[in-house]
Amino acid sequence: MNDMTPTSAERAEKLQGMGCKRKRVEDIRFVQGKGNYVDDIKLPGMLYGDFTRSPHAHARVKKIDTTKAAAVPGVVAVLTAETLKTVNLDWMPTLAGDVQMVLADGKVLFQNQEVAFVIAEDRYIAADAAELVEVEYEALPCNVDPLKAMAATAPVIREDIKDKKEGAHGPRKHYNHVFNWQAGDKAKADAAFAKADVTIKEMIVYPRVHPCPLETCQCVASFDKIKSELTLWGTFQAPHVIRTVGSLISKIPENKIHVIAPDIGGGFGNKVGAYPGYICAIVASIATGRPVKWVEDRIENLSTTAFARDFYMETEIAATKDGKVTGLRCYTVADHGAFDACANATKWPAGLFSIISGSYDFPAAHVSVDGVYTNKAPGGVAYRCSFRVTEAAYAIERGMDIMAQKLKMDPAEFRMKNLIRREQFPYTSAFGWVYDSGDYQTALQKAMETVGYKKLREEQKKRQEAFKRGETRELMGIGVAFFTEIVGAGPSRNCDILGIAMFDSAEIRIHPTGTGICRLGTKSQGQGHETTYAQIIATELGLPADNITVEEGNTDTAPYGLGTYGSRSTPVSGAATAMACRKIKAKAQMIAAYMLEVHDDDLEWDVDRFRVKGNPERFKTMTELAWAAYQEVPPGMEPGLEAINYYDPPNFTYPFGAYICVLDVDVDTGSSKVRRFYALDDCGTRINPMIIEGQVHGGLTEAFGIAMGQEIHYDDEGNVTTASLMDYFLPTAVETPKWETDWTTTPSPHHPIGAKGVGESPNVGGVPCFSNAVNDAFAFLGSTNIPMPHDNWRTWTAADKLGLHR
Amino acid sequence: MAKSQISMTVNGKKVEELVEPRTLLVHFLREQLHLTGPHIGCETSHCGACTVDLDGKSVKSCTMFAVQANGTDIRTIEGMAAADGTLHALQDAFREMHGLQCGFCTPGMIVRAYRLLQENKNPTEEEIRFGISGNLCRCTGYQNIVKAIQYAAAKLSGAPFQEAAE
Repeated sequence: MNDMTPTSAERAEKLQGMGCKRKRVEDIRFVQGKGNYVDDIKLPGMLYGDFTRSPHAHARVKKIDTTKAAAVPGVVAVLTAETLKTVNLDWMPTLAGDVQMVLADGKVLFQNQEVAFVIAEDRYIAADAAELVEVEYEALPCNVDPLKAMAATAPVIREDIKDKKEGAHGPRKHYNHVFNWQAGDKAKADAAFAKADVTIKEMIVYPRVHPCPLETCQCVASFDKIKSELTLWGTFQAPHVIRTVGSLISKIPENKIHVIAPDIGGGFGNKVGAYPGYICAIVASIATGRPVKWVEDRIENLSTTAFARDFYMETEIAATKDGKVTGLRCYTVADHGAFDACANATKWPAGLFSIISGSYDFPAAHVSVDGVYTNKAPGGVAYRCSFRVTEAAYAIERGMDIMAQKLKMDPAEFRMKNLIRREQFPYTSAFGWVYDSGDYQTALQKAMETVGYKKLREEQKKRQEAFKRGETRELMGIGVAFFTEIVGAGPSRNCDILGIAMFDSAEIRIHPTGTGICRLGTKSQGQGHETTYAQIIATELGLPADNITVEEGNTDTAPYGLGTYGSRSTPVSGAATAMACRKIKAKAQMIAAYMLEVHDDDLEWDVDRFRVKGNPERFKTMTELAWAAYQEVPPGMEPGLEAINYYDPPNFTYPFGAYICVLDVDVDTGSSKVRRFYALDDCGTRINPMIIEGQVHGGLTEAFGIAMGQEIHYDDEGNVTTASLMDYFLPTAVETPKWETDWTTTPSPHHPIGAKGVGESPNVGGVPCFSNAVNDAFAFLGSTNIPMPHDNWRTWTAADKLGLHR
Repeated sequence: MAKSQISMTVNGKKVEELVEPRTLLVHFLREQLHLTGPHIGCETSHCGACTVDLDGKSVKSCTMFAVQANGTDIRTIEGMAAADGTLHALQDAFREMHGLQCGFCTPGMIVRAYRLLQENKNPTEEEIRFGISGNLCRCTGYQNIVKAIQYAAAKLSGAPFQEAAE
């Protein structure tokens, strides 16, 4: 080898493979305003649809008169439940095994429910005419409080199933009951509590919030009557699921439905489900023979499509007096709104909520969740978290703080004492989950050292003394959270959506010149898939990432997959990508052996080439092998160089992290100022540190919004009072704190490249961390649980209740 | 509905069009001029995804009628790059500093940052944060957007870019 030959390290660097901060491919179009989002689509003859919505939370629909609306020049048609009945689409199945009205059928069950769909030549005419649909309502008593939903006198929400004793998830004990779901060992948990030295019990509420991506939900449906084919462009996080579900309910054969998700302006769970707008646009296109566009406005988005959380978690922890946890119980009431339209894996009505034992070695635990119907919008999506994982993390992380307080132990020290130890992995939790890998103590230790935890506590102590002396009106809060997620759904034995196993896929074709295309069943909504999947391929195949095109979202070309949510892209499709690469590499190795006239086993891989062992000057690069695959394959071998992999993961992955927040609270105004936020994430192998850091920043900002101000609030009449950005808090650059990010790396042992997923960790860990910080500020005064969101009013009220204003 | 004739300069080009008086500027730009860079995120002036530069001011084009823009000079994200396709320093900086993820807020954010840097060539972090507070981003947490604007400011003024200590 002469000195001019690049070294392995130099060649590896040029590939821009895993571990490098590769700049994003997709940015080139986005920074020029050349993204292609759904509302950018314009088809010849396209019509626009808009909804007439219910002003009532609960009312009987006595009469719908569409005469005036239909008479507006430019209106082409008006759909009501009666019209949809003729095609059997007045109700639709939900992902959770329930059914949902597409348009109000006899009753409305929540405010802003879809009542009629007006189709017109332009969106202004559609909006005008939607106002002219005359609906006669008879108001009914409504209930928006899940804790009162199963009272004997509660209003009947769902008349269609009021006498059904069995739901999709087992027996129903009340007409407003959706399901009861339990996990863990109740007898064992009860026994642990019976002999515990110390116990705590607290109602921990995670209010209803909304993912609120900047782009709302929207679609364009175009039915071709000649070919009997439907093309549906939409903001779909799971395009294949939409195709299959669309086929099952519309009876259009699946091969005649083309679902395309173009660029998506953020999803965060909001764009997983199927909504009445999609069905109405499809029916309208079939009825009119023209393409129909439906675009939600922000109020419709916040008040009708896909809320998240709304969990009321009565959480109990048992411990010994020296601070070892012995038992966990949690009884939860889950508000599912008017229809059970949760976007969970179908068999898991409370998602993966039994990750609630968190990062701690609980010998006994039990959870029970009752889902109930109320007069609120349907949904229950995983807003930037795996199914119900953030609710679980919030309950346990608040609970651990409350227990530490009772034990008079430091919350970090109490956690350290109870964290699952490195040598216990793979660790089977009291709920039966097998945590794949972790090194929790190291992570928490590193976090505490980096922020100077001990000094912070000393400073806090001094502040408290000064406060008591009347020298300051500001309290200092230190929030600690240690979270473990369960992501990457899923092993098909655990997870399916309406019977479709939750695997995912990658199909890679390497072209003769050593470039290629990779198509996947996932769908980026900002995560940077076009950049990162190519990095996996670069490392696995030794071809430059720039040579690889990544394509998602077109169900005609992409292999079947379940989409992107629950941090499943890297754990599942990332694995499929690596596995498909390995098939390609194995074939390339045979071609190399043939060309170099050696046995396969005499070759070794070196960054971008196979070389003869002990004779590194004899080699074939992957680029050469790509050419050869179409030219001179060994006798009997098929030409070409491509592979597909459907990856059914053997287990979930379990990312974790240690977060610390320091803030100051003004007890007279209730305002809090975050002084410092440190986030250490362990997502296993890191594919692109720049993108990981960006994801953590974004997730922390969403967590900040949730913890400090977000709530989808209903008044007693069922009016949603927070359905615009005037009332629903999205942090601006001014409020948003500055983030410090850090990491440890504990690869997943069962994932082909050891990656675990990261996009949702900061939301899962961030919310309890902020909340613990606010609570911690007041803990020395005997306060145990100030509920979220910690806006100025609530914090001021909490201070007031503690007598701090007297 | 009767249409009004309007004329204006958009991205350096003279435009004459007929519009309904109630047509919002953002719909006019997106649907009549096919400039789909400005996005609609809220229709209530909160999110800033529709921001355009109008007569030297950042304007939310979702809350202004196209007829009100008669006679103005408008620049959208499509007009940021040079005629030969060279990206504006801000466009380059957003990519360089990872100042975007889903890309939906990006056109408005860059157009807003452009005006901010016209008004203040060397803004502090605090001034940037205040200056872009009319533009919401749900993905990035703003930190890298701030960094991108600082980076572009340095590039435009020929000063070395110094990353603030984390």
